[in-house]
Amino acid sequence: MRATKPPGVNKIPQFLFSIVLIVMALAIVAMGLALNAFLVGEQTIAIYLAIIGVIALALSVYVMMQSRSKAAVAKAEAPKTMTTIECRKCSIKNLREFQRGDYVYKDLEKCEKCDDKMLITAIYKEIKTKEKTYNI
Amino acid sequence: MWAVLAALTSQFGTGDSIIGQILSIVYIIFFIVFLFYGQKIQMYNMIREVEGQLHKLKFLRDEGRKAAIATINEIGKPTSDPTPRIDRYLEYFTIPPQSMDPSGIVDKLDHILDVRDARLKDEVKLMAPATDEAQTFNLENTLEAAMALNFIFKIVRHFYIQGKKTMSFYAIMQVQMILPLVMKEAEAYSSALKAFAEGQPIGDGAGPLVAGKLMHGHEIRKLHKDCVVATVPFEGRIAFVIKAEGPGGNVGKPGDAVETVIEENKKKITAVIMIDAGLKLEGEKVGEVAEGIGAAIGGPGVDQFKIEEAIAKYQIPIYAVIVKEDLGDAVSVMRKEISDSMDNVIERLKSVVLERTKEGDKIIIVGVGNSIGVGQ
Repeated sequence: MRATKPPGVNKIPQFLFSIVLIVMALAIVAMGLALNAFLVGEQTIAIYLAIIGVIALALSVYVMMQSRSKAAVAKAEAPKTMTTIECRKCSIKNLREFQRGDYVYKDLEKCEKCDDKMLITAIYKEIKTKEKTYNI
Repeated sequence: MWAVLAALTSQFGTGDSIIGQILSIVYIIFFIVFLFYGQKIQMYNMIREVEGQLHKLKFLRDEGRKAAIATINEIGKPTSDPTPRIDRYLEYFTIPPQSMDPSGIVDKLDHILDVRDARLKDEVKLMAPATDEAQTFNLENTLEAAMALNFIFKIVRHFYIQGKKTMSFYAIMQVQMILPLVMKEAEAYSSALKAFAEGQPIGDGAGPLVAGKLMHGHEIRKLHKDCVVATVPFEGRIAFVIKAEGPGGNVGKPGDAVETVIEENKKKITAVIMIDAGLKLEGEKVGEVAEGIGAAIGGPGVDQFKIEEAIAKYQIPIYAVIVKEDLGDAVSVMRKEISDSMDNVIERLKSVVLERTKEGDKIIIVGVGNSIGVGQ
């Protein structure tokens, strides 16, 4: 089951997008000027302008990518809920998908091997994606 | 004017060319704009951020409402359209008692909560007449989750509109700062809806799960209110194991249940051990088991108060074992880590009982939490 996305969550805010675009344009202009300054022999100014241009360009690309990844609500598939059924006498353990009406410690039909009743011993969901650790 | 600008722009070193001058003017304009309107720009940014999350909250609220309607139609077989009644239910509120003179406030709060509980259950019965007791409890839990989503959405919307109306930086900043926590809570309630609708055990049911394991196969009797107790031999002691009655979504009133068992066994109870789900701190693992002292029980505080009163009266020591999980885990379908930690909890329980009580002693073990999807 894939979760539906709420309206508007995949969009980068227009305000942020326009600022990023302006900064990007200025960065390109700064790099153009750097080239111009280099050609006329003003090497110090060329270096300063090139540094400003590169930093501004890198920052704007970074902000754009960050806001995209934040905005994307890419929900993974919801984990299935599983029911564990056990026979306490002969230790048989079965695992199946949850069915409405299941509950933990519910007696079920008789065991195939012995006459004892099977019992639901656990109902759970298993999350397989690893949580981010911070090494602290 | 132009002379001043030319003088200023020449400071940037590119004043010779026309492009350089334009660029410098743009830089100066930017500087001035940010100097005077920086806070306003920041505020617009915050408003937009809150607006985005508000859309998401509205979506979660609507989905919750739809899920509640669908579940009631499916399980309750209503004779008429339950939508208007559900919409009315979502707007219910509870007024806590006046606390200017706090003496006796616990009884007042207890009474208000009882009235609320009875009223909401009656409403569910009217909406879904074909349900049994367990399903009524589950539907009530589903509607409460939808109600919580509705409430969160309305509170955030209130601050958003108020901030926009007054253009107050601090009004907007308040809501923007707590928004990540609010969203986490809303997402937790949203994921709880499915579990409640289907009657699946939730993370908060860790306590009842352990209690159910201990009392399974023993004679069970009902206690006030919506709780059950079984007398179980445990490591050479006599344990009165208490939990909310399952498998319907129900937390019962463990305060009253513990009080009753203590009064029934006057001066003979040597320890009370409570098992509950505890909120973990970031960095701690889900399903970790910890041990401590005190009444491990959440909620409005009425049950904690009653348990503390009862144990203080007879000077009974109280111990707590908790299973760590975050809010999202506590209200959504039980995670495997929590289910697997049950054996660890029982081992910890055994060590507390062996170290703190003597053979033949009478003890109380309380599995605190929502019994949804957990029988006994």
